[in-house]
Amino acid sequence: MTTRQIVRSLEPTQDNLLAILHRVQNDSTRNFLDEPEIREVADYLELPYSFVYGVATFYSMFSVQPRGRHVVRVCASPPCHLMGGRTIRDELREYLGVEFGDTTEDGLFTLEMSSCLGTCGIAPAMMIDGEIYGNLDGVRLREIIDRKRREEP
Amino acid sequence: MIPLMHVILDVSEEAVKAGAREFQEVLEAKLRKEFLSEDVRILESANLGVSGRGVCLLVYPDEVYYGNLKPGDAARIVEQHFINGKPVEELFLGSPETRRLMEWRRKEGIIKKGRGRVVLDNVGAVDPESLSEYRSRDGFKALEEAVRNGTPEGVLETVKESGLRGRGGAGFPTGMKWEAVKDAPGDRKYVICNADEGEPGTFKDRILLEGDPFRILEAMALAGYATGAREGFVYVRGEYRTSIDRLENAIRLSRDAGYLGPNVLGSSFSFEVKVKEGAGAYICGEETALIESLEGKRGTPRLKPPYPTTEGLWGRPTVVNNVETLANVPPILRNGAAWFRQFGTERSPGTKIYLIIGHVVSPGLVEMETTTSLRELIYGFGGGIRGRRRLKAVQVGGSSGGIFDPSVLDEAMHFDALKEKGGILGSGSMLVMDETTCIVDMVHGILNFFLHESCGSCVPCRIGNERLVRAVNGFRTGSARMSDIDLLEEIASAMKVASYCALGQSPYLPLATAIRYFREEFAEHVNGKCRAGVCRFNVLKERQEAQRWMLAMSR
Ligand SMILES: Cc1cc2nc3c(=O)[nH]c(=O)nc-3n(C[C@H](O)[C@H](O)[C@H](O)COP(=O)(O)O)c2cc1C
Ligand code: SF4
Ligand code: FES
Ligand code: FES
Repeated sequence: MTTRQIVRSLEPTQDNLLAILHRVQNDSTRNFLDEPEIREVADYLELPYSFVYGVATFYSMFSVQPRGRHVVRVCASPPCHLMGGRTIRDELREYLGVEFGDTTEDGLFTLEMSSCLGTCGIAPAMMIDGEIYGNLDGVRLREIIDRKRREEP
Repeated sequence: MIPLMHVILDVSEEAVKAGAREFQEVLEAKLRKEFLSEDVRILESANLGVSGRGVCLLVYPDEVYYGNLKPGDAARIVEQHFINGKPVEELFLGSPETRRLMEWRRKEGIIKKGRGRVVLDNVGAVDPESLSEYRSRDGFKALEEAVRNGTPEGVLETVKESGLRGRGGAGFPTGMKWEAVKDAPGDRKYVICNADEGEPGTFKDRILLEGDPFRILEAMALAGYATGAREGFVYVRGEYRTSIDRLENAIRLSRDAGYLGPNVLGSSFSFEVKVKEGAGAYICGEETALIESLEGKRGTPRLKPPYPTTEGLWGRPTVVNNVETLANVPPILRNGAAWFRQFGTERSPGTKIYLIIGHVVSPGLVEMETTTSLRELIYGFGGGIRGRRRLKAVQVGGSSGGIFDPSVLDEAMHFDALKEKGGILGSGSMLVMDETTCIVDMVHGILNFFLHESCGSCVPCRIGNERLVRAVNGFRTGSARMSDIDLLEEIASAMKVASYCALGQSPYLPLATAIRYFREEFAEHVNGKCRAGVCRFNVLKERQEAQRWMLAMSR
């Protein structure tokens, strides 16, 4: 589907804005909303570009910068922190070789911090592309990342 | 036919990689062979509450967890457990410590006692994608009774009499809220189910939505019937994909069967429900921010009053209720207010879902009466502290809740619990910390959370949180002075007075209680000592970390 078709797959009412942005971003190979896309959404809903941009940058699940094919969101909230979350964050940073907010050179991973993911029973936890991984330790972390790498064509 | 047992198979990506599908095939074949395919239903879940333990299986109603299974184990589980009622202990999930606990819980009937008195009774016991299974458990009976033989006033009266209080954190009486909406002028009214669940340490709403979605729809329709609303929205946080899918499915099936849509069950009452997806913002759990977000804007709070009950969604009177609150409504209407009031206390009737997490043997959630003590929750349900360590502190109610020492263990966890001690029950989350925890370090994490989630639209919260994080960081790096202890409290109390919404008021509670109960530790940090050995007093390292946070947030 073209961006235009995706945008038009929902009724043009403002309360559909977040849902439309989700759909457009899900279709993007680089997991983000680019300027023409935001413009398309703004036109369709008859909202100012700046307004839609403002919404897109308010919510942590949206990005206006290109991201990697996989978005790794590590929980940084207190319960995960208590269960060793800081070590996990440090190890991920080292293993991927990027800072939080950055994307690996091969364009595979973007590393992000997240607030509580609602899976604190298996802390420390992270989410990769909507899939939850819990009870993390250094070994499991590497396995998970390696597996994602191997899956690439 | 309604199955007698449900087994939930972990089909997360990891479990599938570990052979979940192969196991499933063997299990299905074995069940067929034993003529049990109809009685034992296999459900799939991508988030079983276990992770990284190979192929995992959760068996209801016994609530037995199996882990690291091989296809060869399927036959044994079917024969020994399903047919002969003897769970296969060697295959239980977890360490010997958790296994012992699980066995003990089963024998003591802890699981049966805690499970499903009011709200969780269907979770795990029904296929969440099947309307007929929901109906087999008296599902939609309350709605049917209301629209056929009842009146809106009658429904409202029962909810009021039940004394049900909101489970979203504030404990506001639900009946009063509904009445305010019913009495508010206007012919368009709305019902919103708040499923934005973002309070750290809380995952009860997810379990309810994933496990029993029809119940939430029935409750919303009842709220609409009682208040005069004809439209409802479930605002679900964007990360809860499974919840969203199951709700969409439940809405479709309920509509087809006439429980939702125009003229519910042939009556003159019509009710539509739509799902709205959030996109990652804790503040959108605050009801007015939620409404802004639902309208398609940035999720920044509105000034109250006016309250949503008079000016809510699109300026119309609106009920906003938490998922767990709503889950109480159908059983209350089916069984009556008196039935509900036999559980819990006079001022906090019913049960509560408690989340026991952190340094306990077996973290998880349980529904108990509101007369249950913290001790029972931590040592009974949670199995006590991991690794034979000692309990140091517990934070009750999520990140916005108070941090206490073990002197509060015998307090009952009702809605006004810990009130005199400066606490709240909040979301019902209990974060258990053993002696390896540094309180200063935890407070730092909590304040960082609020800093990150401040919507930034008012100054006391935006600037105040930054100041708080910086000040508490001084204790971790050894640059703080004694007077900074009081400074922390001073900033937080100024924020409490001056902030626009409750988020900016939230840091006060955890901070003030931490200082009250653990002042000594703050003082020790001033002198460069961290008794837990967590703080490294490395100024540069902590600066780096702080920069990382700031950068990560600004991108
Ligand atoms: C910062 C903040 C976050 C909140 N997050 C949630 C939430 O995730 N879920 C929820 O039900 N209520 C949340 N609340 C409370 C809601 O504003 C509101 O009180 C609640 O949804 C009312 O429902 P109840 O009466 O059924 O409890 C939050 C409040 C604040 C101030
Ligand atoms: S108190 Fe914080 S979250 Fe609330 S409106 Fe102000 S800046 Fe936003
Ligand atoms: S705190 Fe990390 S998932 Fe809840
Ligand atoms: S910062 Fe305190 S024990 Fe560590």
